[in-house]
Amino acid sequence: MSNIVPVDYETLRLIWWLLLGILLIGFAIMDGFDLGIGALLPFVAKTDEERRIVINVVGPVWEGNQVWLILGGGAIFAAFPLLYAVSFSGLYLAMMVILIALILRPVGFKYRSKIGDTGWRSKWDMVLCFCGTVPALILGVAVGNVLLGLPFELDGTLRTFYRGNFFQLLTPFALVAGLVSLSMLIMHGAALLTWKTSGPIADRARTYGRWAALAAIVLFALAGVWVAYGIGGHVLTSAIDPNGPSNPLGKTAMVETGAWLANYKTYPWMMIAPIAGFVGLVLALIGFTIRKPAMTFITSGLGIFGIIATAGVSLFPFLLPSSINPNAGLTIWDASSSHLTLWIMLLSTCFFLPIVLLYTAFIYRVMRGKVTGDSMAKNPNAY
Amino acid sequence: MIDIDIVTLSRLQFAATAMYHFLFVPLTLGLSFLMAIMESVYVMTGREIWRRMTLFWGTCFGINFAMGVATGVVMEFQFGMNWSYYSHYVGDIFGAPLALEGLMAFFLEASFIGLFFFGWDRMSKVGHLVVTWLVAFGANFSALWILVANGWMQHPVGAVFNPDTMRMEVTDFMAVIFNPVAQAKFVHTVSAGYVTGAMFVMAVSAWYLLRGRHQEFAKRSMAVAASFGLAAALSVVVLGDESGYVTTENQKMKIAGMEAMWHTEPAPAAINVIAFPNMEKQENSFAISVPYLLGIIGTRSLTKELPGIVNLVDTAHDKIRDGIEAYVALQKVRANPADAEARAVFDAKWPNLGYGLLVKQFRTDIENATPEDITKAANSTIPNVPVLFWSFRVMVGLGFYFIAFFGAAFWIASRHKLGEKRWTLWLALFSLPLPWLAIESGWLLAEYGRQPWAIEGVLPTFYAASGLTLWDLAISLALFLAIYTVLAIIEVVLMVKTIKKGPLDHNPFESAPAGAGVLPVTAAAAPKL
Repeated sequence: MSNIVPVDYETLRLIWWLLLGILLIGFAIMDGFDLGIGALLPFVAKTDEERRIVINVVGPVWEGNQVWLILGGGAIFAAFPLLYAVSFSGLYLAMMVILIALILRPVGFKYRSKIGDTGWRSKWDMVLCFCGTVPALILGVAVGNVLLGLPFELDGTLRTFYRGNFFQLLTPFALVAGLVSLSMLIMHGAALLTWKTSGPIADRARTYGRWAALAAIVLFALAGVWVAYGIGGHVLTSAIDPNGPSNPLGKTAMVETGAWLANYKTYPWMMIAPIAGFVGLVLALIGFTIRKPAMTFITSGLGIFGIIATAGVSLFPFLLPSSINPNAGLTIWDASSSHLTLWIMLLSTCFFLPIVLLYTAFIYRVMRGKVTGDSMAKNPNAY
Repeated sequence: MIDIDIVTLSRLQFAATAMYHFLFVPLTLGLSFLMAIMESVYVMTGREIWRRMTLFWGTCFGINFAMGVATGVVMEFQFGMNWSYYSHYVGDIFGAPLALEGLMAFFLEASFIGLFFFGWDRMSKVGHLVVTWLVAFGANFSALWILVANGWMQHPVGAVFNPDTMRMEVTDFMAVIFNPVAQAKFVHTVSAGYVTGAMFVMAVSAWYLLRGRHQEFAKRSMAVAASFGLAAALSVVVLGDESGYVTTENQKMKIAGMEAMWHTEPAPAAINVIAFPNMEKQENSFAISVPYLLGIIGTRSLTKELPGIVNLVDTAHDKIRDGIEAYVALQKVRANPADAEARAVFDAKWPNLGYGLLVKQFRTDIENATPEDITKAANSTIPNVPVLFWSFRVMVGLGFYFIAFFGAAFWIASRHKLGEKRWTLWLALFSLPLPWLAIESGWLLAEYGRQPWAIEGVLPTFYAASGLTLWDLAISLALFLAIYTVLAIIEVVLMVKTIKKGPLDHNPFESAPAGAGVLPVTAAAAPKL
C-alpha cells in the first residue's frame, strides 16, 4: 500500500520529527503559561480576589491548552510508537506524578470557586501550585534524562526492558534540565500575567518574571556547557537506511563525550536553535524591565521554542538513546510508524492543525483584554 | 516468562480507570446536546428562561467535564505506561485514531468550552449558540475516534504483520475507519450518552417539582429531555442490536459466552433467558430458554448456525497449531530474511500468529508445545461466561426500561401533564443511576468479553503488558484509588450543592451582583489568605 504514497519514507520521517517538535513546542508555549501561572499563584496573588483574577486569566483557555499535551502524546503514539512504548513505560512513576498533577489541575480550576470557604480555597491554591510546578520540573528532568540516555534494552521481538528506577532519574544534570524547564515556564506564565492583569499582581509577576528569565539564561548556558564537556552523546557507527523498516536493532552506535554538539559542526544552521533560545530569554528579560507585556510574552515564547529545539536538534537523529545498550537507541529512521501511517497522519495534520490554530486565535481574540474584578463580576461562570 | 501478577494488576488498573473515566463521558455527550437544544430555543424565541436553563445545565456540565478531562488524560498515557508491548505491536494502527481524536475533536470541544462559559457577554447570541453546538459536536467526534480505536481492538481489519518490524502495520486506513464494528459501536455508545444526559435532566427536574421549586424551569427541561431521551433510547437499543449482529460475524466466542451457549445447536438456536453457567463443567446448571429466538436475532436467518463455546474451543486448537507454525516461520525469517520458504509459510499462517502466542502463558518455547499446552491455551479462549451472560441481561433489560420510561414521559409531556402524578416524579428521581449501570455493564461485556485478547485474535492481553515491577503497580494503583475516591466525593458534593442552589432566578447579564455565581469569601476569614 505504501506505493500509493507520493512522498518517500525518509522525507516523511523527517517531517514527522519536525512536527513532533512543533507539537511539543506548541504544548510548552500554550500549556506552559498555565503551568507557570499555577506555580506562581500563591506568590503573585495574596487576596482571594487576586487569586481569582489569576485563575480567570487562564480560565477560558486551559481546557484547550491541555489538548496540546494530549495531542503530543497521541502524535508520539501514532508517528513513533516505539518511542511512546519505551519512554512512557520506562518513566512509569515519573509519568504517574505528572498524571496526578494533570488530574488535579482541571479539577482545581473548576472546583475552587464553587465553595466560598477560605480553607477550601487555600487548599486548592496549594494544589494548583503543585500541579504547575511539578510537571514543569519533571518534564525537564525527563528531557535531561533523554540526553543522558535511558537505561533500556530491546529484545529480538522489540519488547522493552527498563533497568532503572524513578530516583535514578534525579541526577545533577537532569535536575539542571528540570530547572531550565521550570524557570522558563514560570517566566512565560509571568509574562502572560503582566499582559492580562494590572496593579499589584502585574507588579509581582514582573519581579518574578525577571528572576525567572535570568535563571533560565544562566541554567540554559550551564546545561550547554555540561553537554559539551560533561556528558556523553551518541554517535551512529554503522550505516542506517533512512528508508528502511523501523527496527532499531539493525544498527550500531557508541557514546562519546560532547557528541551531542556534533550536529552544529555538520549543520551550522542548527545554531539558530540555541541562538533563538538565548535571544528570546534576553529579550523577555528586557521586556519585563521596560514593561512591554506583549513583547515579553512573544519573546519568552521564542525562548521556549529555542530551548526545546536545541534539545531536539542536538539529539538528531536520535529520539531516545539507550544508556546501557547504545545500539538499541531509537532514532527517527528506525522507530517510526509505517510509511502509509506517516503519510495519512501528515495529510490529516496539514488539514486540521491550521483550523485548530485559527479557532484558537479567534478565541484569544474574543477573550482579549485584562482580567479585573469587574470583568469577573459580569460573568456568572467566572471561576 | 511474563509475570502474570503484573498483568493482572495492570488489567485491574486499566479497567478501573477506564470505567471511572466512563462515569463522566456519557453525561458530557448527552448534556452537551441538551444544552445546545435549549440555547437554540433561547436564540429562536428570545425567552430568557431558556438561557437560564442553558446556564444551569451548563454549570452541571462543567463540574462533570472537568472530571472527564482529568481522567481522560490517564487513558491516553496508560497504553504506553502499562501496555508498552501493545503500543509497539499495534501503535502503527491504533495510535492514529487517538491522535486524530485530539486533532479533530478534543481540540474543538476543549477550546470552545472555555468560550461557552466565558463568552456569553462577549459574543452575539447566534455566535454563542454556534460555540455551544461546536462543543457538542466536538464531544461526539471524540467518541467517534475512540470507538474507531476500540472497534479495531474487537475486529482488527486493514492491517498485516510485518516480520521486519515485528508489529502490525496498516494496509487500508479506510477499512479501519469504516470498520462496521466501530460504526455500530459509535452510534450505540453516543446514544447511551444521550440517554444518560436525558435521565440526569429528568431526575434533577423531577426533584425540583417534588420540592415545588423552579416549576417552569423544570417542566421545560423535562419536556426537552423526554423527547431527546425517547429518540436516544430507541437508538441505543436498535444500534445495540446492530452491534450484537456485527459481533456474531467476528467475535463468535463473545456471543456464545454472553448467551451461555456451550454447544452448537441446530439453527435457529434457542435463547437462554435465565441461566446459571458453570465454567468448570462447561454447561448451564439451570436454564430457562425460548426456542429459535437467538438464531433469529443473532444471524437474522432461520438456517445459519451459531457456534457454541465448546465447539469454538475445538476450532481454537487448529488455530493454535497454525499459529505455532507461523511463529516458527517467523523465527526463521528473522534469522535469515532471505529464507523464501519460511516467508511463504509465514504469509499463509500469520493471521493465526496470535493464537500461537496464547501458549506463551504456559511456556516460553512455544515451538515445543505439547498437546496439553495447546489444550490449555485453547481453553484460555473462553471468557468469563457468567459475568458476560448477566452483564448483557442487565444492559438489555435497562435498555427496554429506558424506552418505556421515556415513552411514558414523552406521552405525559405532550399532554402537558408533567408533575401531576407524584409517583412518576419519584420514579424519575430513582431512575437516575440506571443509565450508568447499563453503560458500565455494556463496557464490561465489550471488554471483559474480549478476553483473553487485547486485540481479538491478534495479541493476547498478557503478552501486551509492560515489564513493570510490583512496586510500580502498587504505587500507581494506590495513588489512583486515593485520588479517584476523593475526587468522586468532591464531585458529588459539588453537584448536589449546585443542584440544591438551583438555577438563577434573575438575568445574570443585566444587573449582575458582584461575584454572581461565585460565593464570596466571608469577610472575617479573608485576610488570612
